[in-house]
Amino acid sequence: MRYLPHTSGDRAAMLSAIGVGSMDDLFADIPEAVRLKEPPDLPRHAGEQEVERQLSALANRNVAASSTPFFIGCGAYKHHVPATVDHLIQRSEFLTAYTPYQPEIAQGTLQVLFEFQTQVALLTGMEMANASMYDGSTGCGEAVLMAHRLTRRSKAILSGGLHPHYRAVVETLSRMSGAEAVARGARPEEAGSSDIAAAIDEDTSCVVVQNPDFFGRLRDLTELAEAAHAKGALLIVVVTEVVSLGAVQPPGSMGADIVVAEGQSIGNGLNFGGPYVGLFATRQKFTRQMPGRVCGETVDADGRRGFVLTLSTREQHIRREKATSNICTNSGLCALAFTIHLSLLGDAGLKRLAALNHASAVALADALSSISGVEILTSTFFNEFTIRVPGDASDVIDALVEKGVLGGVPVSRLLPGSHKDLIVVAATEANRAEDREAYVKALREVLA
Amino acid sequence: MSMNREGRPTAPAATGGGKPPTFTGNRALQIEEPLLFETGSLEKTGVDLPEPAKHESRLGGLERQGGTGLAGLTEPQTMRHYVRLSQKNYAIDTGFYPLGSCTMKHNPRLNEVMARLPGFGDVHPLQPERTVQGALALMDMLSHWLLELTGMAGVALSPKAGAHGELCGMAAIKAAHDAKGEKRSTVLVPESAHGTNPATAALLGYKVTSIPARDNGTVSVDAMRAALSGEVAGIMLTNPNTCGLFEPDIVEIAEAVHDAGAYFYCDGANFNAIVGRARPGDLGVDCMHINLHKTFSTPHGGGGPGSGPVVFSEAILPYAPVPFVKRNGEGLSLVEHEGDAGDAKPFGRQSAFHGQMGMFVRTMAYMLSHGSDGMRQASEDAVLNANYLRARLRDVMTQPFGDQICMHEVLFDDTFLTDSGVTTLDFAKALIDEGFHPMTVYFPLVAHGAMLVEPTESETKEALDQFIAVLRDLAKAAKAGDAERFTGAPRYAPRARLDETRAAREPRLRWTPETQAEAAE
Repeated sequence: MRYLPHTSGDRAAMLSAIGVGSMDDLFADIPEAVRLKEPPDLPRHAGEQEVERQLSALANRNVAASSTPFFIGCGAYKHHVPATVDHLIQRSEFLTAYTPYQPEIAQGTLQVLFEFQTQVALLTGMEMANASMYDGSTGCGEAVLMAHRLTRRSKAILSGGLHPHYRAVVETLSRMSGAEAVARGARPEEAGSSDIAAAIDEDTSCVVVQNPDFFGRLRDLTELAEAAHAKGALLIVVVTEVVSLGAVQPPGSMGADIVVAEGQSIGNGLNFGGPYVGLFATRQKFTRQMPGRVCGETVDADGRRGFVLTLSTREQHIRREKATSNICTNSGLCALAFTIHLSLLGDAGLKRLAALNHASAVALADALSSISGVEILTSTFFNEFTIRVPGDASDVIDALVEKGVLGGVPVSRLLPGSHKDLIVVAATEANRAEDREAYVKALREVLA
Repeated sequence: MSMNREGRPTAPAATGGGKPPTFTGNRALQIEEPLLFETGSLEKTGVDLPEPAKHESRLGGLERQGGTGLAGLTEPQTMRHYVRLSQKNYAIDTGFYPLGSCTMKHNPRLNEVMARLPGFGDVHPLQPERTVQGALALMDMLSHWLLELTGMAGVALSPKAGAHGELCGMAAIKAAHDAKGEKRSTVLVPESAHGTNPATAALLGYKVTSIPARDNGTVSVDAMRAALSGEVAGIMLTNPNTCGLFEPDIVEIAEAVHDAGAYFYCDGANFNAIVGRARPGDLGVDCMHINLHKTFSTPHGGGGPGSGPVVFSEAILPYAPVPFVKRNGEGLSLVEHEGDAGDAKPFGRQSAFHGQMGMFVRTMAYMLSHGSDGMRQASEDAVLNANYLRARLRDVMTQPFGDQICMHEVLFDDTFLTDSGVTTLDFAKALIDEGFHPMTVYFPLVAHGAMLVEPTESETKEALDQFIAVLRDLAKAAKAGDAERFTGAPRYAPRARLDETRAAREPRLRWTPETQAEAAE
């Protein structure tokens, strides 16, 4: 087996040095009755070529986003990732290193994390950020728990525009941990946030709101932040499309206390849902209640600048059952991809990328609105919006697949039993004019 | 200095103790690299994007005002910046990385290539199911392999890492008690456990009771029985445990737990020691997470991403979270909502989408490559290597629970350093100077000055022999009173020891223009 270096001579010599007669002797602590006598009933080892064939055959049964006009979003987005990013994250020294427990020989990873934290803070308009969460949705759950700790209250109010998976994560975590999560109904047509503000009471620890929301709508959250703060509650803002922050006012400038975002759009592929990277940013005064790893600047014994993991007295390996979270491994390599891509973009590139996305979505919305029976429900949006179609949206999406177009997500897939005629449609810089034309043509035919 | 006839030096001059500083602070291949924000600028970019078409803004007056402050780099700058940073890291590919409990085994590159096939890497989680049948088939195949290897009834693939898997398993256990109308308050956790175990139990509102280890480093069934009661929801036991020992009473412990109406959560962080040799299902385990990034070698990436699927017994499986894959006539489909789970009663959802697909593909490539025979051999070699280190070091280093056969990792303590003026940390830092990544230090907490060494199956006998020679030399030097070799280490790393107290006391967690100005003074 190509990965295992010992010869049978090596094994014999080592068993002899250990002072045992056979490999079985090393496993003598496993009770006799439960020892496996034979290897499990699975195929024997295989060469590279054979493995490639088997896995490629499976991969070929999937439709890749780049192979077709593609308009699916809802929390994960098709963007171009520069070749440099994937090359650099496959550098052995990044790819095959562990969490930086020995900082003297992990300054590469640590400096990247420091850069990552800075970028996340700048992007979200917040004061500081941690070294990543698993993804946006789990970060959202952690943000709610953090708000409970900070306010010593235990009720979260979830906006109806919050991604249904994020909402489910918070509801699950709340149910399991004895906290309360009150979700508002999802109403694609609603405007304004005054009804959420009215629901905030003395038991409310936080309000969770997504911007742009699940339906694509953009909103000024300033008044909601003020309403939350007036009642001693925190505002948690979720961003599932971080590219929007190149064009849209960041949550930090609207009064957010915690910002959680899905960072996949920058540097990371679609990967059928993971691995992705959660961004988690907050105010400086809340730093010590943050979950997860944090990298900080310091100096070495010779006075040179260096970086270490810090504030670990919040964490499970020190605090055990009193930790702020149980998170250990996070999304280091995806954070690296994010940081490299964002370095390549810079302020100028990010703004341009965001403008391209917005232009692409505006062009698509205008084109789709010309189709008889199609209604655009979202008047303010970034690169994603909701349309109403005559009939069942799932059937429409299936019929579009027949025509080679992946046309969006039927809302009923995420909110079963409701909004059966709605489709959330995303457009990015990856869509060309001919992709939009193909979509319009196909949808026109499907609805005819 | 020796020279040839032309006056060219033929051997390097001795540098003595101190090396003269360089003008730049660089040391040949070790190059100081400023922060991105100190070299980049707001105008620079490394991408060529077209001018957006003219369009009317639909941002509703929410346009971002002013700049983001994000520094950009051109492509050649980006390449050099991150390649230079990478060169300040130690990695499996550059050397021996015996970090106990972390399983730093070889990361095959075939797995990286497979995960990047467009049919896996460029597929959206919310595509219509019939456009992703190959992805669902891969998840189904992975489930089958994991269940064969563990002897369990079912699996949740969605947890994102080990700790997330713990939360999954313990939440399912809690749901199982809830379904019976039982409110139980306590979870038993051995004191040698990973910190994630008590943190997970606490997240779910459980009180944590610590179970002490007996003199040989394992948990006794009597200690467990004494702590069990109608208030105990479950135990969280790592097996093999964090001292590198297989829990010999595990079957009796499982029976005692079940007799008390509680469930057995097994932390599977060390499953790599027993793959193909024993199955958790046969040991009486109710749930176990599997760190795909440990046992099945998906790369650690400097701190993730991981992946932590959880396998379940028949008793707990009905409470496993959504989503999961199910057979649907000829094809496969996803159950994404609790209401669609039929007779099952999922405890909820733990994350968006379906789990760490990229890690599933890498794991499947690892499993297919090794096969049943190779995975068993890998476990055997991992255990062989750890025991070989133990046997060759037992006369110079000390073991907290006596010299006994271990599994895939061997635990030493700092008794052999007594009165040497050298701590476990010093010892670890001296290893850095010798070109090795240190072992895990100060964990598990049950050993004083713990040093947990996990060689993995990837190392040759020659590499192990060299490591042994170095450890023997270091142990000898410590005993001989050469403390300075240790307390001043590392001397040859990109940085000397870093001031962690200062980092925590005055946290500086991001770059700002002000800190740059300070640094320039």
